Amino acid sequence: MKNFSPFVIPFTVGLIILLAACCIKWVRWYRHFTPVQKSQIRKNLISVNLIRALVESVNECLLHHRVFRRNLMLGYMHGSIALGWFLLIVTGAVEAGLEVHGDRHVWVAVFLRYFVHDPEAVCPYAGIFAQVMDSLLLVVLSGVSLAFVKSVYHKVVGMRKVTRHTAFDLFAKYSLWFIFPMRLAAESATASLYPNGGWLTDAVGSLFSVETARLMELPLWGLYSFSLGLFFASMPFSRYMHIFTEVPVIFFRRLGVRETDRRSGYTMYELSACSRCGICIDDCPLNRDLDHKTVQPVYFLRDIRYKRPQLETAEDCLMCGRCQVECPVGLDLISIRRQMRDRGTLDTAGTYDYLEKVKPFNAIGRVGYFGGCMSHLTPGITESMKKIFDAAGQKYWYMDENGSVCCGRPLYQQGFSVQAAELRRKNTRLIKDSGVKILITSCPICYQSFTKEYRLEGVKVMHHSEYIAGLIASGRIVVTRGDESITYHDPCELGRGCGIYDEPRKVLEASGRLLKTGQEREKSLCCGHNLGNTLISFEEQGKIRDSALSNLTAPAPDIIATGCPMCKKALGTGNDLKIMDIAEVVARRLIFS
Amino acid sequence: MPEFGFSISKGRTIDFDLLDSARTAALEGDDSGLIKCMDCGTCTATCSAGAFSDFSIRKIHTMFRRGQYDGVAEALSKCMLCGKCTLVCPRSVNLRHAIIRMRQTLRTSVPDDDDLRHYLNVL
Repeated sequence: MKNFSPFVIPFTVGLIILLAACCIKWVRWYRHFTPVQKSQIRKNLISVNLIRALVESVNECLLHHRVFRRNLMLGYMHGSIALGWFLLIVTGAVEAGLEVHGDRHVWVAVFLRYFVHDPEAVCPYAGIFAQVMDSLLLVVLSGVSLAFVKSVYHKVVGMRKVTRHTAFDLFAKYSLWFIFPMRLAAESATASLYPNGGWLTDAVGSLFSVETARLMELPLWGLYSFSLGLFFASMPFSRYMHIFTEVPVIFFRRLGVRETDRRSGYTMYELSACSRCGICIDDCPLNRDLDHKTVQPVYFLRDIRYKRPQLETAEDCLMCGRCQVECPVGLDLISIRRQMRDRGTLDTAGTYDYLEKVKPFNAIGRVGYFGGCMSHLTPGITESMKKIFDAAGQKYWYMDENGSVCCGRPLYQQGFSVQAAELRRKNTRLIKDSGVKILITSCPICYQSFTKEYRLEGVKVMHHSEYIAGLIASGRIVVTRGDESITYHDPCELGRGCGIYDEPRKVLEASGRLLKTGQEREKSLCCGHNLGNTLISFEEQGKIRDSALSNLTAPAPDIIATGCPMCKKALGTGNDLKIMDIAEVVARRLIFS
Repeated sequence: MPEFGFSISKGRTIDFDLLDSARTAALEGDDSGLIKCMDCGTCTATCSAGAFSDFSIRKIHTMFRRGQYDGVAEALSKCMLCGKCTLVCPRSVNLRHAIIRMRQTLRTSVPDDDDLRHYLNVL
């Protein structure tokens, strides 16, 4: 056979294993998509979303834009290997297309320098190709060197902690690292014998004597092929499966596929799309403040993928969403966590019959106000809201004045999805039957539940900060601006959960001097009391709270403001500053006409 | 006189010979801190479910700690898990955690069959 040498066998076998395993996995996972997910894909298949997905794929999978934004060196490390190798493959394939005629086997492009000794004779651009390929190889080698430095000293890429990999992942990683130096050595050996090198391979090749090059050429190509084969064969079973899963995940997500309450085929794609880069570790409050080392998404997803026991890991998470902000793949980590908390038969229907006696109220023409369970423990918030409604001349129905039917989110977050649905049904009926068109809530937990988990068509749900901001903007209430300085704590559920960052700030700027804090908006720190975690103790919650407090007190404010009764309670213990809800800040500064 | 508002509790004698504390023991090593409870009842006073029914979380976890499990699992399923009890507890008992654990323990722990339990080596 022309253009064949036995050394190509390891590469070819590896490639076959890789492609076969990928195809099997892809098809199997796709078959487990829910009917709704599949219909989403069909519905959006021919749309502008497809182009958006393509752009995002190039941006994230090749350029690693999100990683760059986090840290330049880390971005360069990931980007140089991904983009560099991708271009090497594409350029190599084009070059092989121009230089090899007939017997163009799949391995020819990969081992081109071995098979084409005098490229100038068949292709006039061969010289340019050689220089370009050498430059690309150097880019990849620089990325690999940086990865090596990172494994010894990870602060170089701005990481405090890095992933503890399994032995198999390490094996795959080392075989990846081995590929590029071997390629350089093999091509250099050939370049010292034949005129087919570029600037880099010629330079390295000049270090070989002709005898050494003749002796070493074949073994070096063999090692190159062997490391490629090993890496390819280990890819589908290691973290490197993310290379072939991240692109479909981006496409599915852009086409409107979302996680459901139960694990689906899409979850399987997401699990494998995690590259275990470990970016989620550093900012996890459980890691930063409590040194919990095994619960971060990188380990959690790995445990699920490899079917290891994981209930404890699933439960030990605040669900503050900080990791999701950092995840460069944009995985829906909270939903996957919730799926794994499934309570099975413990989650029964019909346990809330006693709520029958809570009857709807005719509130046509009024706005609805839902304080939420937690607001009952912070009466300052509900009293302030009453004052604000009165000042605006707004008639309201305080829906849960005589006891709250919980919104269901605390149960939902703990995996009791049936019980949660029952509470949602009860509240939905109460709200719909009352005839309100606007529902205002003081609790971001309820707010997220009402906006995302309920189907309240025809009812506009607002967090009280949105509502107050609207009242101030339209002049329905007038607030005097004091000279107290305020820092604002973004509650997880309101900020990262619902994307409400600006309205609370508008309200606070109207009533005082708002100061900036070091970590705010989507990077804000959890107060430690998020209902997502039932495992950590009060003392542990306190440590997380102290981190959040030190961020808030650093600019030396007179008042710390927040928009969540839970955060208010949490921050209130453990410091002497005044902690106030937005509603309380405003109510103090109201001017009655 | 059920409508009167006050009633006299039925006299209850706890027979220690009949008491089964295996499931309680299973929870003691847990980090919910239920063992710190001093029965003050603040949890019940603030309870969302208690506002609408005779659900009394204090009564329920007291029964559980005593090893009287009859009806405890059904009662616990009425909890809405809102977490107010945990927030107000003066002994910082992690009640949400305890409630989930009690439910799990009652479902999965030793069967009621006394004879079978003898062979299970859990006591």
